[in-house]
Amino acid sequence: MHEYLLTMRGIEKRFPGVLALNGVDFTLRSGEIHALMGENGAGKSTLIKVLTGVYQMDGGEIRLEGTPMVIRSPQDAQNKGISTVYQEITLCPNLTVAENIYIGRGKHPWVRQRDLEKRADEILSRLGIPARSTQLLGSCSLAVQQMVAIARAVDMNCKVLILDEPTSSLDDKEVKRLFDLMRDLKSKDVGIIFVTHFLDQVYEVSDRITVLRNGELVGEYLTEELPQIQLVSKMIGKELEELSNLGETEEKEIGKKEVFYEAKGLASSDALPFDFSIRKGEVNGFTGLLGSGRSESVRAIFGADKVTGGAVKIGGKPVKILRPVDAMKHGIGYLAEDRKRDGIIAELSVRENIILALQVMNGMFKPISRNESEAFADEYIKVLNIKTASRETPVGSLSGGNQQKVILARWLLTHPDYLILDEPTRGIDVGTKLEIQKLVLKLAEEGVSVTFISSEVEEMLRTCSRLIVMRDRHVVGELTGKDLNQTQVMKTIAGGEA
Amino acid sequence: MKKKDGKFSLGSLGQLTIPLIAIALLVVFNLIRDPGFFSIGISHNSNGNAVLSGNIISIINGASELAILAMGMTLVTAACGGQDISVGAAAAIAGSVFVKVLKSGSGISGGTVILAFLCSCIVAMLFGCFNGTLVAVFKIQPMIATLILYTCGRSIAYWINGGATPTVTSSIVNGIGSFIPGIPIPTPVIIVVVMALLFKLLFHFTALRLFTQSVGINGSAARLNGIDARFIKLLSFIILGVCVSVSGCIGVSRLGLINHETLLLDIEMDTILAVAIGGNSLGGGKFKLSGSIIGAYVIQTLTITLYAMKVSSTDVKAYKAIVIILLVVIGSPVIKERFGRWISHLRQRRVKVSAKGAEEG
Amino acid sequence: MKTLFLKRKEPLNDTQLLMTITIAIFFIMYILAIFLLGGGFLHPQQIFDMLNDNASLIIVACGLSVVMIGGGIDISVGAVTSLVVMSCVLYLNKGGNIFVSLLIALGIGLAFGLVQGFLVSYLEIQPFIVTLAGMFFARGMTTILSVNPQKVSHEAFNDIREKRIVISWLGYTANNGARVPARIELGVVIAVVCVILVWILLKFLRLGRNIYAIGGNQQSALMLGINVKRTRFLSYIVSGLLSGIAGYVFMMHTGAGNATNAAGMEMNAIAAAIIGGTLLTGGVGNVIGTFFGTLSLTTIKKIVVSSGLNAPWWQSITTGGMLCFFILLQSVVLGRRSKKKQT
Repeated sequence: MHEYLLTMRGIEKRFPGVLALNGVDFTLRSGEIHALMGENGAGKSTLIKVLTGVYQMDGGEIRLEGTPMVIRSPQDAQNKGISTVYQEITLCPNLTVAENIYIGRGKHPWVRQRDLEKRADEILSRLGIPARSTQLLGSCSLAVQQMVAIARAVDMNCKVLILDEPTSSLDDKEVKRLFDLMRDLKSKDVGIIFVTHFLDQVYEVSDRITVLRNGELVGEYLTEELPQIQLVSKMIGKELEELSNLGETEEKEIGKKEVFYEAKGLASSDALPFDFSIRKGEVNGFTGLLGSGRSESVRAIFGADKVTGGAVKIGGKPVKILRPVDAMKHGIGYLAEDRKRDGIIAELSVRENIILALQVMNGMFKPISRNESEAFADEYIKVLNIKTASRETPVGSLSGGNQQKVILARWLLTHPDYLILDEPTRGIDVGTKLEIQKLVLKLAEEGVSVTFISSEVEEMLRTCSRLIVMRDRHVVGELTGKDLNQTQVMKTIAGGEA
Repeated sequence: MKKKDGKFSLGSLGQLTIPLIAIALLVVFNLIRDPGFFSIGISHNSNGNAVLSGNIISIINGASELAILAMGMTLVTAACGGQDISVGAAAAIAGSVFVKVLKSGSGISGGTVILAFLCSCIVAMLFGCFNGTLVAVFKIQPMIATLILYTCGRSIAYWINGGATPTVTSSIVNGIGSFIPGIPIPTPVIIVVVMALLFKLLFHFTALRLFTQSVGINGSAARLNGIDARFIKLLSFIILGVCVSVSGCIGVSRLGLINHETLLLDIEMDTILAVAIGGNSLGGGKFKLSGSIIGAYVIQTLTITLYAMKVSSTDVKAYKAIVIILLVVIGSPVIKERFGRWISHLRQRRVKVSAKGAEEG
Repeated sequence: MKTLFLKRKEPLNDTQLLMTITIAIFFIMYILAIFLLGGGFLHPQQIFDMLNDNASLIIVACGLSVVMIGGGIDISVGAVTSLVVMSCVLYLNKGGNIFVSLLIALGIGLAFGLVQGFLVSYLEIQPFIVTLAGMFFARGMTTILSVNPQKVSHEAFNDIREKRIVISWLGYTANNGARVPARIELGVVIAVVCVILVWILLKFLRLGRNIYAIGGNQQSALMLGINVKRTRFLSYIVSGLLSGIAGYVFMMHTGAGNATNAAGMEMNAIAAAIIGGTLLTGGVGNVIGTFFGTLSLTTIKKIVVSSGLNAPWWQSITTGGMLCFFILLQSVVLGRRSKKKQT
């Protein structure tokens, strides 16, 4: 057996105007879990896509067990033993679970359905995946769909398994099950490439770490020899002392300020009734696991889902917020969780994206003139330090962090009294994360109320003065002052018994 | 022709490149074939008016209905990501209403014509509403939703006419279809210019363009930014309804009769084609009205060229198809990418060679 | 069909649900017609006539369903059918061979499938535009071949054409007391065979499942290792070939070629596919549904005629109404389902 399962040498990939990968090396041994780390735009996904045949590399060499090879297409990669489970579910919702496991494989022109279903059921039960083979994939939960994707890869006896952000839609229990599965595969000499944003998970499960930055290789390290703080600094390329401290908010002052928004028994088609209020200049947050109802709750505040009940007061006066436009008219802004789906208008320019919300508030018949909009765009590109070729660049071609800044600019331009930020820092680089956190605190100082949601509790502890904890779609606790620490939050999320 | 459109600046050519090249090629082809093809003369029509005549005039004139429909279709395409295939049938209905109202009174005065037009406009907008509701509220794909009206529209027109093909004889109606005494430019052309101006004003004085594009590109995000996507989609169909009624009335006025079977026959296909040739994505999103208008003239130039080459009107379709395929193949993303790669490859090689030269030097 | 579903514990998926609705409505409509209009609808010949008249539409709609399930559209089918009819008629009248004429039909269909499939899948041009051009081309070629109607004068062919499958026990006794046996044209047999073959293709062949996959989510299908381009290409070839066969069946039915043959057939085929539960968005649909969709479409026309609405506009107005009904019904049913799934 060859020493290295997979070696990639001097991989180069060019997109119009960008060198996405510049001579990157990557080595994978069999029976190891190898974490691939880097900020957004570092080139992780490009490298993965080159390896899986989605992109063709412009230079370099890939060897599998010592043999040089060219990977032409995803199918080609599969046939050669390289399987991938992507962050977004890449299965077909209109086919059954069994079909999803077996489609696109083999050469036989006939499909032996019963046979496949039997085999699929076997592998599902072996991996402990709660799904039936005859079930339509679209009727499974996201987590189960993800596991079906892994089952598919496992069933293909892959030599190299690539997991691209597999844990982002899983809860703790499911993550644990996934890790067990990964260790199981590792003991069977499968080489696993693990891409994730969660540092803890990297340290929990991986043996080796390769770090990329700006399309270049930073280095390969043994996990046990690389402390977490060093990993972060290698990823962002500078020592960030700022990371640890951001300044303290003074709760006492906030306690005196008047209440801006108050809801009693607010409920929507997706959120159970809950009470909520926020004062002027306060930063609070909803926390809880994914699916705990935190996003649904803030969506209800903004009227993004169908509001089904509750009494809302703004500045003490009862108001009705049934649609997003109502909320906007009352000075509420909402940065949605899913940037691609609910945030950017990808093909429109940065300028048009920035003025969008303000234009909606002005109404159809008062268009913002070209000059005005250019001035607005220039101003916010400068203030938020948005990296874009010009204000007329389509926003879709910007990096994730800069897209997020454009959406922030869109809401800041409306001069909101209350800004709801749902996962504003997800999937963006550490530097921008920090900028956004700082911005939140600055806004609060100026008297804007902010509700902040993040998957990273640490980040919320740094910015919020009050945390509302949710579990199973119910509010289960509210933490302020001394209780605002990681252990207490975890305890409340877990149900207090820990 | 290029001047007539007058809406683009050189800087924003982009998606207009292909339709403009197409039109230029057609012009050059015709000049080689027959240098006198584009001569414009002044002749006297049956009423004794001095009017412009010549192939250019007949192209611009003949494309009027198409150009008007293409403007509305562009908006629907942009907002809904799909096309209305019922415009021909709806135009037949609008035309029938127009004639019905004209014939209901004793004589035809200017007032009756305006009233008749308004009635046909309202009916067309109502049918637009019907299509728009199916698309915006029931979330049915535009092509499927408008298949309903496509199937039964011409029959409804027939029904309105009471099973006949009534004729209208009136100098006013004739003036709309051909020339107004004293003006040498065909009236339909003037109407196109007016419609284009109206659209320009609409986009200038409202934020419709931004909203439509937002809805077309990302409906979910548009909704969360407070845009009422349903309203925008519905509105696009209603605006198309106005275009339908205008072109229906022009079509009726040209012939002086309403024939539910042949009025603007197959124009829905040409209209969609005009939108696509104009470089607009049929999947919705960003759009350029000027592109669609140029697209309409490309199609008409092609048709007239073929007629001039003595191709019979039924056979024209086959030749048209070949030209269309050539156009879309040139404009296809794959070909563009291949071409782009080839160019950058050449460039790289040049850079490498010069770098080598520098090293050696 | 129902027992087939019941054997499995799974709830009906979208395809099966829409198909069941179509079949149920077809039977309800037909039974209502028997009760309200009686007479002709009681004779099996009524159904056979519907099949005789629409064999080519059924075949075309099947091909179109395949393309639509794969997330595409093919509006050239009617025009290709017409071109096939004209070419074969002219060839036969020149004293051609029947077997060769069949090859011509298949060849024309295949050629359209190849070119359109290539342009759509490998050059990634919008299918609507490609097949629109295909439609223009085929219609134009038909008139270039002949503007005048051409009747087949080939004797051997006419002999085959006249052949009927006669089932005497399914016949009826006419008013004058003579026994009229049920007659089925050969084209119907071809149509039924086509439906079954396409059903097998979609259900049991890898290619068929791949077509569902690319229609459901093209990006996913690519990631699953399906050759999306080839699959789409093949779906257009299936549609092209079936249009060729449909043209031949059409010629066997009418025995003449005419420039206006099969006019509007593409839209009828789309309507049949939609009524049968095929979604234009792709990934959902079934040829059995399409088959019943075609029958429903025909039944409503027959009902209109039988109920004395003789004015020429009623047929297409009721067709439009029925289309509207089905489209709305599907939208509501699927909308409810997706809502249920979320909660």
